[in-house]
Amino acid sequence: MGKVKNHVIALLLLVILFIIGGCGKGKSTKGPLIESDAPNKVYVEPGKYDEFYGFVSGGFSGQLAVYGLPSGRLLRVIPVYSQNAENGWGYTEETKPMLNTSYGFIPWDDSHHSELSMKDGVPDGKWIFINGNNTPRVARISLGTFRTEEIIEIPNSAGNHSSPFTTPNSDYVVAGTRFSIPVENRDVPISSYKENFKGALTFIKVAPDNGKMSIGFQLITPGFDYDLSHAGKGPSDGWFFFSCYNSEQAHTLLEVNASQKDKDFIMAVNWKKIEELVASGKGTDMTANYAHNVYDDKKHSATSEMIKKVRVLKPADVQGALYYIPCPKSPHGADVDPTGEYIVGGGKLATVIPVFAFKKMVSAIGNKEFDGDIDGIPILKYETVLAGEVKDPGLGPLHTEFDDKGFAYTSAFVSSEIVKWKVETREVVDRLPVYYSVGHLMIPGGDSKKPWGKYLLSMNKITKDRFLPTGPELNQSAQLIDISGEKMKLLLDFPTVGEPHYAQGIPADLVAKNSVKIFKIEENQHPYATKSEKDARVVREGNIVHVYMTAIRSHLSPDNIEGVKASDEVYFHVTNLEQDWDIPHGFTIMGNDNSELLIMPGETCTIKWTPKSPGIYPFYCTDFCSALHQEMQGYMRVSDKNSNVPITFSSNYKKEDTK
Amino acid sequence: MNKILSVFPVFSGLLILISFAVTGCTDNTQELGIGPVKKVELSANIDAALSEKGKGIFENKCIQCHKLDDKLVGPPLHGVTKRRKPEWIMNMILNPEQMTKENLEAKKLFGQYLTQMTFQNVTEQDARAILEYLRSVDSK
Repeated sequence: MGKVKNHVIALLLLVILFIIGGCGKGKSTKGPLIESDAPNKVYVEPGKYDEFYGFVSGGFSGQLAVYGLPSGRLLRVIPVYSQNAENGWGYTEETKPMLNTSYGFIPWDDSHHSELSMKDGVPDGKWIFINGNNTPRVARISLGTFRTEEIIEIPNSAGNHSSPFTTPNSDYVVAGTRFSIPVENRDVPISSYKENFKGALTFIKVAPDNGKMSIGFQLITPGFDYDLSHAGKGPSDGWFFFSCYNSEQAHTLLEVNASQKDKDFIMAVNWKKIEELVASGKGTDMTANYAHNVYDDKKHSATSEMIKKVRVLKPADVQGALYYIPCPKSPHGADVDPTGEYIVGGGKLATVIPVFAFKKMVSAIGNKEFDGDIDGIPILKYETVLAGEVKDPGLGPLHTEFDDKGFAYTSAFVSSEIVKWKVETREVVDRLPVYYSVGHLMIPGGDSKKPWGKYLLSMNKITKDRFLPTGPELNQSAQLIDISGEKMKLLLDFPTVGEPHYAQGIPADLVAKNSVKIFKIEENQHPYATKSEKDARVVREGNIVHVYMTAIRSHLSPDNIEGVKASDEVYFHVTNLEQDWDIPHGFTIMGNDNSELLIMPGETCTIKWTPKSPGIYPFYCTDFCSALHQEMQGYMRVSDKNSNVPITFSSNYKKEDTK
Repeated sequence: MNKILSVFPVFSGLLILISFAVTGCTDNTQELGIGPVKKVELSANIDAALSEKGKGIFENKCIQCHKLDDKLVGPPLHGVTKRRKPEWIMNMILNPEQMTKENLEAKKLFGQYLTQMTFQNVTEQDARAILEYLRSVDSK
């Protein structure tokens, strides 16, 4: 009986082995994933680093997301324009001024385009800029701290879309308005659009040493919709190219009325010439009111200043510096190839991609081959500036990036594909479907002089069935594509934060080595810093109470506070005394109608709290910091507002503790 | 079997040699600690100025966790200069993470207090000053 059983088991085992073996064979001969080496190309071993940083704008999230590429791992979300209760951005006393504008405190924006700072036309890893679309602003983020350091508001603009693209040495960051409005803004009938509405193109000067932004000058141009832009480089250095649509100057039902003409324009701006004109006193200083907000990482605090004037120039002030290049049809992208010789227009309603030659533009200007003018701005002839057209590029060509081998990659929104074509010959060499409705795409350095042409990121507006469903609302997504070979290969899908509108990429080693690990406590210049636990204290000034608190593993000091009264304004100034990388502490108190604090080593952050009724209010550290994290707590006693309980507090430190 | 027995003395000899070599190496790092400080020259008298400087640093960077006579986050420090070599103390200040992993005494303390001692961004000169302050405390 036992023997028979053994035989049966052996037979069963054989059958199972056969099935497994059979299956294995079957799998190895078909199925694209098994044949492809995609898993190896995107797999980054635990503990190993990605090759590139990808900075993907958050669109309507208002933030900037940082991904590792090729893995698609989310490394960080940098708060920019939206309040972020997770770390107190826009809630703390120190960061509230960053979101100040001429419209008051604005807790959100639509952040569309990210742009790395450059040196000699190549990303240098110092800063990244990002635009605020809705309440026109440009932000500068430090790639040392991965924090927003500066936000400047753009006056006379009403939708900062063609922004924040920079010149090859980041002398200027531009901000072209999507919506034209009256300059200065005033109460007029909307039907007076053609007469009263203008488009402002703003050039923001960037200080080379510390990146500080200030508006250099503003061009007040015809009332079109300015969409995207890119700076010239190499031979075309000194020029900027802005795409614009709605040259019909429609103000209602733009969907139809702004698509009447066969061609709109790319505006060529000789910014170097205008810079000289401004230096020689051209233009007028117009009264304005716009916020300039700066964060100081020694004071750990931001300031907001209202600037009251801006230098504006009309087309008549800058003759010979502005030209319109006709471009079919409602162009989106205005993209300059790595050599700086070609300007590619992405006409989202066009059936071709026009490629303009800078050389031909210069000679057409020299020969005055114009086809009339608009407000004194000469219109060049399409054919005289054209190098050639890419035929059949896919439906809805939007944006073009470049590799380092002479190829261009254009996203086609309507047909959901990426089209690869040769810049010199304009012939299409490859196509790849993407899922779905690709907007912008990104190759690290792909809009610079030196693309790192290994990967392409497709940023898609619609995700639909690509991931497990999560109800009606789905994350949008990005797709990573291998462009190292002749044929494009899809490697990876990953969901993103907000709308992955536009991105920049850079080799990790240009950024990682400069990453700040701690803020030195000796350099902390915050006016309410507590640099030693012996200075922890509570001070009453009328109905305002300042708590000078320290945090270190695993206690808050002071940890028992009495003498606070209902309706006092209590400011908790919490200094993290740690000097070790990645040891933040958090802080909150029961009933806090504000965000928490998340305090980095050596930093001081302040949260305002107004207790409404007497009682005992616990507070604690919210960031799991140590084995005794759960012990990191304290109590605040709140008394009736007419009581006379004196301020007292307890601390670990007593004078006799040091001798 | 015989073969195995016959090589046994060779093996055990080797083992003894290896363990000797290991303990020979680690003895030093157990006593002096692991870190940048290999040798500290101490004068018989306390350098008052250096000790005062050390006290200042101690009050800013150490008192959050260390008292002299009571347990807090870390152990009380009264008598530490009698218990440990000066090199060990300085290495503990300058290289606490490796110390609590690889130095037996430091590891034992970590097990007892359960909070990783943190490097407080001090220089070797700062650590020397803190040592002088602790020596002055112990000399009273």
